[in-house]
Amino acid sequence: MAAELGGDGGGKHKGGKPKGKKQSTRIDFTPMVDLGFLLITFFMLTTTMSKPQTMEVNLPSKEKVKRDDQTKVAESSAITVILGEFGKVYYYVGNTPAVADSIKVSSFAASGGIRDVLLAKQAPWISKIKAAKAKLPNNPSAAQMEALRKEVSGIKGEKLATTMLIKATDNSKFKNLVDIVDELNICEIGKYAIVDLNDQEKAMLTAKNLK
Amino acid sequence: MTAMTDVAFLLLTFFILTTQFKPDEPVMVDTPSSVSEEKLMESNMMQVLVDVKGRVFFNCDGPSYRKDLLEKLGQKYKINFSEDEKEMFSNLQTIGMPMTKLKEYLSWSNSERTEYDKNSPGIPIDSTNNQLADWIWFARLSNPEYQAVIKGDRETNYPVVKRVFDIFQEKKVNKFNFVTSLEKRPNV
Repeated sequence: MAAELGGDGGGKHKGGKPKGKKQSTRIDFTPMVDLGFLLITFFMLTTTMSKPQTMEVNLPSKEKVKRDDQTKVAESSAITVILGEFGKVYYYVGNTPAVADSIKVSSFAASGGIRDVLLAKQAPWISKIKAAKAKLPNNPSAAQMEALRKEVSGIKGEKLATTMLIKATDNSKFKNLVDIVDELNICEIGKYAIVDLNDQEKAMLTAKNLK
Repeated sequence: MTAMTDVAFLLLTFFILTTQFKPDEPVMVDTPSSVSEEKLMESNMMQVLVDVKGRVFFNCDGPSYRKDLLEKLGQKYKINFSEDEKEMFSNLQTIGMPMTKLKEYLSWSNSERTEYDKNSPGIPIDSTNNQLADWIWFARLSNPEYQAVIKGDRETNYPVVKRVFDIFQEKKVNKFNFVTSLEKRPNV
């Protein structure tokens, strides 16, 4: 099915004028369509339709805050999570470990890991947030969504809601940090801080031979 | 047949117009996954890329801001960049090398640059020669709207990432965006 615009194929015509063969004016579009589809395939495969996702993280300011201005974290509402080597997670309730044995070992496993601990700790606020979300009608307006967002962040910020201190050891990976911030989002914990390990914790980890 | 051709070319036009090629990055980075569904902003971002070996690269958008940034860096490090070099720099994307190498880097061809990037030491971040801090500082002077984006590899060691946080915080940036890939949110 090549283009049929050519002449009469170069046949010999001895004597007399060449026979006026009827010329076809139809152009075959098949190759063009093929090319079109080829390009479509190319663009479909190379295009990145989805932009990468992002996770927003705020770090506590390094500027010295006056002692009185510092918000004291209630011992009972705080949980300290330490990121160790090979995706291990160590945690204890409170912001200073009383004894080395209060540090427990956990993991990022979907069940039986740190998530269960956090869910249990944050349970009353999770149910409050669920109740707030349940009140939302089927087709919420932008204003209603905004109100819900405010309400949820209000609940997360309640004085007794869980506050998480994230401390990463030098053996942890970037992935572990992202994972733990993810757990915060999953467990609806709004108050957190990424801080350094203190000497006491370092000593206790060494004593327990945890890295 | 005609109808199908029409549809095909319509699709083709659509893809040609909407396609955005993956940004040119000197190193492959496997970003960690997260449940966050927020999209990365389109503009006004300065991105620090930390690869698995702990090398640091820098990228920011807006050609005019980039020119301004290069000029300021040149003043600080006493390197004179020509108009051509500034033009070249404004068209590049993610780069990472010690300041002393930058002028030479800009004079190279694309393939030479790719070759260099493979073994580039990245931008120095140690406290005695903290060039990343200058990159961040001058970028923010050029465009105060820049938001900090950190793109790290899953397996990047935390101390390097921590060092990058510290450098940002030295320059009064406390809010970051981590580039992540989407993961399904578990039902809890």
